[in-house]
Amino acid sequence: MNRPGVSGPGTTTLADDVGDLYQQVILEHGRNPRHAGRLTAFDASAKGDNPMCGDRVEVFVKYAADGTVARTGFEARGCAISIASADLMAEVVAGRAPADTRAMFETFRHMAQTGDCPDCDATMEKLRPLAGVHDYPSRVKCATLPWHALMAALDGKGSATSE
Amino acid sequence: MNDAFPAVGFDVARIRADFPILAQTVRGKPLVFLDSAASAQKPRAVIDAMVNCMETQYANVHRGLHWMSERTTDAYEATRDAVAALLHANDRTEIVFTRNSTEAINLVAHSYGRGIMKAGQAVLISEMEHHANIVPWQMLRDAHGTELRVAAVTESGELDMEDYAAKLADGRVALVAITHMSNVFGTYTPIERIIRLAHENGAKVLVDGSQAVVHRRVDVQALGADFYVFTGHKLYGPTGIGVLWARHELLEAMPPFMGGGDMIGSVSFERSTWAHVPHKFEAGTPAIIEAIGLKAAIGYVEAIGYEAIAAHEAALTDHALARLATIEGLRVIGRAQDRGGVVSFTMQGAHAHDIATLLDRQGVAVRAGHHCAEPLMRRLGLDSTARASFGIYTTHEEIDVLAASLERVREFFV
Repeated sequence: MNRPGVSGPGTTTLADDVGDLYQQVILEHGRNPRHAGRLTAFDASAKGDNPMCGDRVEVFVKYAADGTVARTGFEARGCAISIASADLMAEVVAGRAPADTRAMFETFRHMAQTGDCPDCDATMEKLRPLAGVHDYPSRVKCATLPWHALMAALDGKGSATSE
Repeated sequence: MNDAFPAVGFDVARIRADFPILAQTVRGKPLVFLDSAASAQKPRAVIDAMVNCMETQYANVHRGLHWMSERTTDAYEATRDAVAALLHANDRTEIVFTRNSTEAINLVAHSYGRGIMKAGQAVLISEMEHHANIVPWQMLRDAHGTELRVAAVTESGELDMEDYAAKLADGRVALVAITHMSNVFGTYTPIERIIRLAHENGAKVLVDGSQAVVHRRVDVQALGADFYVFTGHKLYGPTGIGVLWARHELLEAMPPFMGGGDMIGSVSFERSTWAHVPHKFEAGTPAIIEAIGLKAAIGYVEAIGYEAIAAHEAALTDHALARLATIEGLRVIGRAQDRGGVVSFTMQGAHAHDIATLLDRQGVAVRAGHHCAEPLMRRLGLDSTARASFGIYTTHEEIDVLAASLERVREFFV
């Protein structure tokens, strides 16, 4: 990764140091999330809250007639990691049945905690840029918080916490 | 003050040499530790005092009829004298040892709040309190029927004195519980005026000195306070030891907080009687080793001298504010005139957690989040800030490293 102002030949740059965590995909989704915003019509919603750091997210779900997740939107106040994770989540769960979505969360959680994803299919590979959080224990919850909120929404609960 | 620590003037290089941890590198870079307001590092004198206690002079206190216990009791009680001198307490029996400031405030909320206050009376706090000086009063309110009032802070991060006076005016406030120095803004509150106004309106005052006692000489008699609390670990001492100072007559009138050994006069299954103040409030085996470490910390700070510490930290804070002002998109939260070495800030386009992670990768430790002051964050319309805080060992060069590192963070996110 090469970013203006921080690179220099033969020296370790900040971008080199944190490139594993702040991959370009994450910076882009963190800066310009595509799925941010409350859905005008939704069937389920839940808030997620990380009481230790103050991150907050609210996730909105619209189901299709066949019960799959048609659309997901979110409102978040948090770091680049949590917003990028919410945005990528909204992308990958579109069209999935709730049971599939739960399985994806388990796969993603494993990836966030260990950096490994032995069973990643093409869809889950889209979340791979977030795997870097496993090296930053205090930031794993930033990545999983939106998923906790989504699980609560699917379960018909109003809120979740990443604690 | 303490014969073991002759005054040496202020020499930051020499001070740094007293703190073994400062020689550590983090991620291959020298540690730039700017999180002392959360917990300070420990000088060799504190480490040695605690190790020495365990190696040469350790037994339980206030019990044994043997030599080791007597010596350990002497050392433990000598800390009470050192704390009494530090705060200029009228009497050593006004010093109660607790685990930390939080426990000291809970002690007052329980023993003074439930024991002395009446339902319908009010506790007045401010918008810039740490959770430790909010939650115990909510618990008191819910259990005891007291009211909880909150005095506003201004946009500049200072107590709104008009609002404060207005909230005292009906005479129903029995206790004001307020910080001496904000852990978010670094603001010193005008504590003498606060106390005078409270007393004029019939209220007692508890001062949360967790931050202030690290940076300024505190004289509880000159302040006119009724309760003053602080914690050892922010004052370069160990964790697990904190202090409640209270006027003797208040401690006498208050019922015990916790029951157990060491706090009793005599015990039968029908009834027990309480030990004299302050032991009435120190149930169970106390933090003996930690208390001995605290005495060493106080001795260390006193040897350097509060005047020298305050001058060093004022220069650091001025330097930090000047350097941070040059960083585009960076906003310092709070513009109070009377402030100490705590600087909170936000940066456009970068969340506080991202700032903290990127600074950490450059060897710079700051805190990010709500700083245990969620209501204040909401009042400011913020979710979180990054916070750099300074101690006796902080250097101007470290502030320069912070500023240069923040420039790189800005370039990374913009």
